[in-house]
Amino acid sequence: MKEIVVISGKGGTGKTSLSASFAFLSGSEAIIADCDVDAADMHLLMSPDFAHNEDFYSGQMASIDNEVCTSCGLCLEKCRFDAIETDGERYQVKELDCEGCGYCERICPVGAISMKEQKAGQFYISGTRMKNTLVHARLRAGAENSGKLVAKVKKEAKRLAEQENKKYVIADGSPGIGCPVISSLSGADYVVIVTEPTVSGLHDLKRVYELVKKFDIKTSCIINKHDLNPEITNRIMDFIDSESVVHLCNIPYSNTFTDAITRGITVLENGDTEMIKVIKNAWETIKKSINDK
Amino acid sequence: MKIAIASGKGGTGKTTLATNLASYLSEEKQIILADLDVEEPNSGLFIRAEKIFQEDRYKMIPGWVENDCTYCGICQEVCNFNAIINLGTHILVYPELCHSCYACSELCPTAALPMQKQKMGVLKHYKKGNIDFVESRLDIGQEQAVPRIAQTLDYINSISDNKEIILLDSPPGTSCPVIEATKDADKVILVTEPTPFGLHDLGLAVETMQKMNKDFTVVLNRFGVGNADVEDYCKKNNIRIIAMIPDSRQVAELYSRGELVYDKVDSFKQSLDSIKHYILGK
Ligand code: SF4
Ligand code: SF4
Repeated sequence: MKEIVVISGKGGTGKTSLSASFAFLSGSEAIIADCDVDAADMHLLMSPDFAHNEDFYSGQMASIDNEVCTSCGLCLEKCRFDAIETDGERYQVKELDCEGCGYCERICPVGAISMKEQKAGQFYISGTRMKNTLVHARLRAGAENSGKLVAKVKKEAKRLAEQENKKYVIADGSPGIGCPVISSLSGADYVVIVTEPTVSGLHDLKRVYELVKKFDIKTSCIINKHDLNPEITNRIMDFIDSESVVHLCNIPYSNTFTDAITRGITVLENGDTEMIKVIKNAWETIKKSINDK
Repeated sequence: MKIAIASGKGGTGKTTLATNLASYLSEEKQIILADLDVEEPNSGLFIRAEKIFQEDRYKMIPGWVENDCTYCGICQEVCNFNAIINLGTHILVYPELCHSCYACSELCPTAALPMQKQKMGVLKHYKKGNIDFVESRLDIGQEQAVPRIAQTLDYINSISDNKEIILLDSPPGTSCPVIEATKDADKVILVTEPTPFGLHDLGLAVETMQKMNKDFTVVLNRFGVGNADVEDYCKKNNIRIIAMIPDSRQVAELYSRGELVYDKVDSFKQSLDSIKHYILGK
């Protein structure tokens, strides 16, 4: 079983549409993982059935029992996150600021503070219209994206792939260079970076590639909207060439992506024959290069 | 006045809006523009300004003093983030897991874990005309965005005389970094696009903003593509759309070159004007 992760330094490059296209092409050969738990959109193209649904708990939050509290103020003094406030008499925890470190609980002289587990999101396993299984999740608004939910999605997708003898796990990775994308990349066999020829696109590609390099994973690149700025496309080509990143394909600027999303389908199902050819070829190249060592 | 510009998902044109708005408003007002997308700061690519200040940014982590340690193990026990391991002959600290809560350091009976600085990124301050531009950049491999955002906001408060308009280009998503970036804002502008992805992510962002009791409105970017679901959603939930920016390849091309848009595309300038009225409360 091989794990393919699709990432992009910045948003809006078409990462999710392309991940869903690869999911479509692989059909029942793959388990699909949506690791972009912050803006999990992949399911909108796959008609999942949400067959399995569980709460995801992560982290803690302090809570003060005002019956017990003697208003000594020690917690307020010690909390490094200014997460405790008082009106002079009553003390309470500011939920949005509490990091859940538990320091206040430990030092409260009368034991008025307790730590409560936090519901951080929802975790799903679904059958999809593409005849494969999608493991996905939804981070609760304002919850900490520590990478733990991403790690859980990936772990479950891998477990299912092994159990059902699938050839691939295809993961729609997280954006950025922080914890979630680090979780997305760890353990992967192959990474596809989707970028676009804009100054920000090139800049973010370089930053995310610096991170990818630390993982020593076979890396390839898709340039979407390549004709938007031929000059930067050339600079991207030079860059990936100098880093021995495989260039998978260039995709022209078009509204096919937006149209397909609006219809809830992948770009492969939208009747743009040129687009279909390019993406199918890219998928064949991925399959080939992932299997030769 | 602080205005945060945010979006549920990346790539909706948030940075384009923030940089153009900063430039447009600076024709009349003093502006501070802060790029709080510390993982992928991009605003600086559009505001080509002169750097006037730069400083390394740190976080505090415990440093182990072997000679003072009795291996009691309290540090490991109090750390809620598993950032400390007591090996019996050695104490290991994992800086990337540490949240800098000071519990281990202050509860260590022999004070063998004094807190010390570790570099996490760089803050830069640029100036161009009426715009002060501040960005903070996370070093590669550093994982925590929230403390970086908090420090950048502190810096902005330190240079502000409360008369400027402060624009906060917030990180995408709906998790902690966005909360940190928007929690002190007087108004929040959510940028989205008229597609199912845009609608879905807007829904999450709205939920976050409602939870925080924020005064927020929507700017609909790439108007003309997709469908009318975002407009219907806003109408149904009484959310004001303050501007609809037409979809245009010309805007995409200008953006691709890192150029400002509003001085070349009239419809874009009109949208900025509506946003200006909203910000100035007219
Ligand atoms: S758990 Fe930590 S962050 Fe939360 S209120 Fe207590 S001391 Fe502050
Ligand atoms: S400062 Fe807090 S989070 Fe960091 S190692 Fe010590 S106890 Fe753990």
